[in-house]
Amino acid sequence: MKTEKITTDILIIGGGTAGCYAALTASERSDAKILICEKAHIKRSGCLAAGVNALNAYITEGRTPQDYVDYAKKDADGIVRDDLLYTMSERLNSVTARLEELGLVILKDENGKYVARGNRNLKINGENIKPLLAGAVEALPNVTVLNRVNIIDFSVSDNKIHGAFGIGIENDTFYVIEAKAVIIATGGAAGLYKPNNPGFSRHKMWYPPFNTGAGYAMGIRHGAEMTTFEMRFIALRCKDTIAPTGTLAQGAGAKQINSLGEVYETKYGLTTSERVYGTVNENLEGRGPCYLRTEGISAGQEESLFKAYLNMAPSQTLKWCESGAPSKYNVEIEGTEPYIVGGHTASGYWVDTHRATTIRGLFAAGDVAGGCPQKYVTGALAEGEIAAESAAEYIAGTIGEPIDDGEITAHIAEIERFTAKDSSDFTTEQLEEAMQTVMDSYAGGIKTNYRFNEKQLTIADMKIKQLLELSENLHAEDFQELMYIYELRERLAVCRSVIAHLKARRETRWHSFAENLDYPEKDNEGWRKYVNSRMENGEIKIILRELTEEGQRLYEHSN
Amino acid sequence: MSIAIDREKCIGCGKCRDVCPGTLIKIDAVKKAYIKYPKDCWGCTSCVKECPVYAIRFYLGADMGGLGSRLHIEKADGLLHWIIEKPDGNVSEIVTNPKESNKY
Ligand SMILES: Cc1cc2nc3c(=O)[nH]c(=O)nc-3n(C[C@H](O)[C@H](O)[C@H](O)COP(=O)(O)OP(=O)(O)OC[C@H]3O[C@@H](n4cnc5c(N)ncnc54)[C@H](O)[C@@H]3O)c2cc1C
Ligand code: SF4
Ligand code: SF4
Repeated sequence: MKTEKITTDILIIGGGTAGCYAALTASERSDAKILICEKAHIKRSGCLAAGVNALNAYITEGRTPQDYVDYAKKDADGIVRDDLLYTMSERLNSVTARLEELGLVILKDENGKYVARGNRNLKINGENIKPLLAGAVEALPNVTVLNRVNIIDFSVSDNKIHGAFGIGIENDTFYVIEAKAVIIATGGAAGLYKPNNPGFSRHKMWYPPFNTGAGYAMGIRHGAEMTTFEMRFIALRCKDTIAPTGTLAQGAGAKQINSLGEVYETKYGLTTSERVYGTVNENLEGRGPCYLRTEGISAGQEESLFKAYLNMAPSQTLKWCESGAPSKYNVEIEGTEPYIVGGHTASGYWVDTHRATTIRGLFAAGDVAGGCPQKYVTGALAEGEIAAESAAEYIAGTIGEPIDDGEITAHIAEIERFTAKDSSDFTTEQLEEAMQTVMDSYAGGIKTNYRFNEKQLTIADMKIKQLLELSENLHAEDFQELMYIYELRERLAVCRSVIAHLKARRETRWHSFAENLDYPEKDNEGWRKYVNSRMENGEIKIILRELTEEGQRLYEHSN
Repeated sequence: MSIAIDREKCIGCGKCRDVCPGTLIKIDAVKKAYIKYPKDCWGCTSCVKECPVYAIRFYLGADMGGLGSRLHIEKADGLLHWIIEKPDGNVSEIVTNPKESNKY
């Protein structure tokens, strides 16, 4: 193992959607030295790897940013931050214009105006969206990209960040990175719960299986305040391929029907969680399976669907080609395992309006940042921009401090322990499966139709703690396996927080997302509140906070 | 779901390895690419799009209803040719134009 020390002004962890855009912004607005550390390769890493099918967040003609805030707030039944949603919404259209400049193809009418899909979406060809972003970043003179460097920990003292530690998974190198400011943009967490296809195709999940919650876990470990981990995201997806359904529902206008052919969506409500809940319930009451009604669509519509899916989720088109086309068969749908994703629901870092976390010098953007759901691609870009502006401003008044030698030695010792002789019967893979089984059975996974009670959560917490202890003795043959150990430990840390948050919210505000059988009703008197948490002396402390005022534009951290 | 790499065709350029978002592909001692962790493939097809000699095929696992068809992508005249080979020998092709927006 080699050790390499690097000093930079702004460190961006995760070169995905938000991270790449943060680099573009910081490079244009400052002359700071910028470093991106990316566990994969920025050309195709993260959510955008296969492409996306639409820009889901855009202020279409005749609408205002406030309309977007109102929509997202309603979908989350009030538990959002007005200031975060508004400051994001204000920028959705300017980041879209920038994407178009970079080469993204957006559908326009004969007058050159964007064609909207519904009230908030734009139609695009998003197959190459990530190579476009990555290409723009690679052309910047003051940005360095370290691909295949997985960040494993922050360096924090006195609640101020000094940099981070990473492992080069293909070059056996331990990295010590000193930075004046850090932007965390590692996305959300998949793989906490047993997935839909737990066997050979275990990674055929909707959210990238390589986004393992590193950003959440590192923040939790260093006492950052986190919010709304109980609002899990469960996606309604095409069965088997777990491909997105928006293209069928919004694009081709397909309705959700049960096996009797009845349209059931209106029965349960149209919020994201109600659509999942309705599907679960139709199955439970014997009217499954459920479908999106595509039978009878025209040959032209079918061809457009084939192409749209190739540009985003190619396995769905392959499935149609080998198992039957959507014009002949309705598309079966199912709920996924729960994910923690701050860009769809509201879980993540508790940030102020400038996207500053509660750790000084640490800013958060994209799926890792909380309080601001329905961000999607353009919202992640907008947050990347805001975080970069804030970081650039912050470093102007900050002197970089070196990372303490003792901290470096401790991390090297930990890596040496994991790579030393094999002394455990357990493998990382075994413990990962065990974790997923625990979450599935006791913390509201697919197995229990996403439902749970307090007793089950108590069991889940005990078992996850046991797995964390067992993970201390895991063994890695090389640095890739070492990364797998860190990923497992990150997921376990996130699981603990999810369990604590699910336990704390004693009501059922969102069906399926957080369905507590001990408290099956919504309680507006008691629970129009944010459930936040902070790790203190190894225990998760729950902090309940009052909602921001209607229309509030600024929120600052107070304590 | 996963990918299969044809060793005969592979010229060892490493492009598939470079781009995989899961770091799953490796190059062996005789400069041939192989997928070290087939169960960990996300199915993004990034590697398939990179391969200059079309040595990589993408397929659906049997556990997700796969029936043995294989997909690869050829690039010509600025278009993407998505070629699906069925087990019975039938081949179908869908062409997408990166400069054209999706209709849905
Ligand atoms: C399959 C899919 C389809 C989608 N379709 C659409 C759509 O059609 N329209 C739309 O608007 N939105 C869509 N979304 C949502 C949107 O893509 C995401 O919300 C957004 O891209 C998230 O951006 P991010 O930067 O937070 O995460 P990402 O873009 O995933 O970036 C996170 C990055 O961090 C890296 N990373 C993680 N951990 C570490 C670590 N420890 N060290 C170093 N690097 C690390 C990852 O490799 C990755 O590159 C889709 C999402 C998915 C998953
Ligand atoms: S399809 Fe994607 S995840 Fe699978 S091996 Fe290829 S690049 Fe990696
Ligand atoms: S891209 Fe193709 S030719 Fe190049 S290493 Fe991979 S399989 Fe071999």
